[in-house]
Amino acid sequence: MAQATGQPHFLQHHFTDVEQQRESAKLGMWIFLITEVLLFGGLFCAYAIYRSWNPDIFHNAHVHLDIFAGTLNTVVLITSSVTMALAIRSMQLGNRPATLKFLITTLLLAAVFLVVKYFEYSHKIHLGQLPGKFYTFGGIEGTNPHIFFSVYFLMTGLHGFHVLAGMGVITWLIVRTQRNAFSAEYYTPVEMTGLYWHLVDLIWIFLFPLFYLVG
Amino acid sequence: MNELPTKSYLNDPKGLKSWLLTLDHKRIGLLYLFSIMAAFALGGIFAMLIRLELLSPGKDFMEADTYNQLFTLHGAIMIFLFIIPSIPAILGNFALPLMIGAKDVAFPRLNLASWYIYILGSAFAVYSMVAGAADTGWTFYTPYSTETTTSVISMTLGAFILGFSSIFTGLNFIVTIHKLRSPGMSWFKMPLFVWGLYATAIIQVLATPVLGITLLLLIIERVAGIGIFDPAMGGDPVLYQHFFWFYSHPAVYIMILPGMGIISELISVFSNKKIFGYKAIAFSSLGIAFVSFLVWGHHMFVSGQSELAAMIFSFLTFFVGIPSGIKVFNWVTTMYRGSISLKTPMLYALSFLFLFTIGGLTGIFLGALSVDVHLHDTYFIVAHFHYVMMGGTVMAFLGGVHYWWPKIWGRMYSELWARISVALIFVGFNVTFFSQFILGSQGMPRRYYNYLDQYQPLHAFSTYGSWILGLGFVIMAVYLVHSLFKGRVAGSNPWGALTFEWTTASPPPHENFATIPETTHGPYDFDKIVPKRTLTED
Repeated sequence: MAQATGQPHFLQHHFTDVEQQRESAKLGMWIFLITEVLLFGGLFCAYAIYRSWNPDIFHNAHVHLDIFAGTLNTVVLITSSVTMALAIRSMQLGNRPATLKFLITTLLLAAVFLVVKYFEYSHKIHLGQLPGKFYTFGGIEGTNPHIFFSVYFLMTGLHGFHVLAGMGVITWLIVRTQRNAFSAEYYTPVEMTGLYWHLVDLIWIFLFPLFYLVG
Repeated sequence: MNELPTKSYLNDPKGLKSWLLTLDHKRIGLLYLFSIMAAFALGGIFAMLIRLELLSPGKDFMEADTYNQLFTLHGAIMIFLFIIPSIPAILGNFALPLMIGAKDVAFPRLNLASWYIYILGSAFAVYSMVAGAADTGWTFYTPYSTETTTSVISMTLGAFILGFSSIFTGLNFIVTIHKLRSPGMSWFKMPLFVWGLYATAIIQVLATPVLGITLLLLIIERVAGIGIFDPAMGGDPVLYQHFFWFYSHPAVYIMILPGMGIISELISVFSNKKIFGYKAIAFSSLGIAFVSFLVWGHHMFVSGQSELAAMIFSFLTFFVGIPSGIKVFNWVTTMYRGSISLKTPMLYALSFLFLFTIGGLTGIFLGALSVDVHLHDTYFIVAHFHYVMMGGTVMAFLGGVHYWWPKIWGRMYSELWARISVALIFVGFNVTFFSQFILGSQGMPRRYYNYLDQYQPLHAFSTYGSWILGLGFVIMAVYLVHSLFKGRVAGSNPWGALTFEWTTASPPPHENFATIPETTHGPYDFDKIVPKRTLTED
């Protein structure tokens, strides 16, 4: 992909300069994030409909979620967003060791999030607080209480999958940072992953009150 | 006398591997061409079989269950494997960077990935065929789609995967159009095909994720029985329809908008006249894209949505007619006092004008509430849909294929055989589908295996039409393949057009242009410039 003399090695042949390449990547990433918002949008829509039809069930069911775990995970994810932003800033300043440190911290925080989620899930599976035909829990009044857990598992599950995907990308970033692929001039992949990671965080910030704080 | 360039994107570099790993937008366009044409042939064969079975009432040669599977496969393949990717992924990939004077699309690797994802999605769809093909119709309505024993999952999973391919193409095109235009090409100096692709890409990016989540929910519902679309468990099947049409109505504009872009090119070039109402055509593409998101409820007038919602959706549906009408009037006005040349691409453009206008106007009938209650789920819908999609998009696609064919390969097809083919396709199409308007207005329901004797003459008429149509396509396949080896060398600008792709060699070099072209005139300034044609009349 390297261009002839005088051009930086990371500039792809069809771009005229570094600025154009970075601007393109940024625009592309924002468009991708819009598709993510719409992907989740369908589920948010389903949430709104089923909650407006079954307000009592959503209220009675949400008390079975662990507010402490949810709050902890919110703090963990927000912190990971901060460390991600610091990783980008460090690379902009050309500080590779700091970038590595912050990326690894972000990865660990993402892992903490999933571990907490694992304990929440396994507790629910144990009690039978599950979607659809798997629902065997007896402690919630009203017809079709499983609908709350259907929406809960769908939305947090899809979000969890995004956290997992983000961990994969961050791992790849760590490897590439170690191999000295990025510099103060070229850090686009770090910045793009940061944008993605903030969106994953943002979605959780909506999920948390919608499920844990129904009221 | 023209000669083919010794080195072009077609032969430099050589070898199968250089094609399968290519990052060149022109080659990726050709990879799409061959795979999408295979899907079109398959969907076409299914269509012919369906028409053959309907030649007379009752069983002709297949069972009712097979018939249900065939019309599902015909619909799903034609929609998801053929018509959605057709114009953007084949002609858009090939022509877009050339038309804006760029060396490639913004993300070449993503572009290649989109083709592999297309192949993967198609593999799932094809697997569904051999593993007990789905019989739900291409809309996969619940609750039937969660209950039938046929292989709904592999088909919907295929459509889900194909969605990513579509999103990647759309994303790539938006960024390419924003960031890679050559110096001097302002937004209003872009060719109108680029505007069409831009409006299409916006819909692809905004609507397709919703289809993704819908099909994912359908798959989870079927596998795990979560009850989200099951009324017995507090779910709602109408919610599925809302989700589905929130994508699938805008999707029909994903199909038609790039076609309208092609028509703008063809009408101007073959009338040798500046396009009339450039900005009106450009903005009406965006207008259609915008309105497309607000009309999905007109598919559900009889599905149990509220009367108020139905009235609003009906009202908004009429709005689609305005930007569409603006385009048609501008095209017709462009031709007025132009120097019209009836070459094959122009014949397709004229076919488009006739057929799309019929398809569009019948769409207005169907958007009217009381009329729709009578015509809903009849052959009238089938005819309307085919007039817009086949009479509109496919005609525009074929016009575009014939227009850019000499640029893609450097050689001309036989004009005589091409004209015979376009005549057969035009006549065959109308025989096949106009009869279905009448059938539908008389009450013939769509998707039925059997029918009353009174409908037999028109059904037979429609089936005869499908044979004429099929013959037209067979002839086309023969002369197009023949042209690759024996066609006259076209030269860089056989039509005398003014857009950038005609300034470089045919076929173009790997880098597209020797030097990046600068915009010195508008794409349709036939009043100021007399382009030099490289091909003399026969």
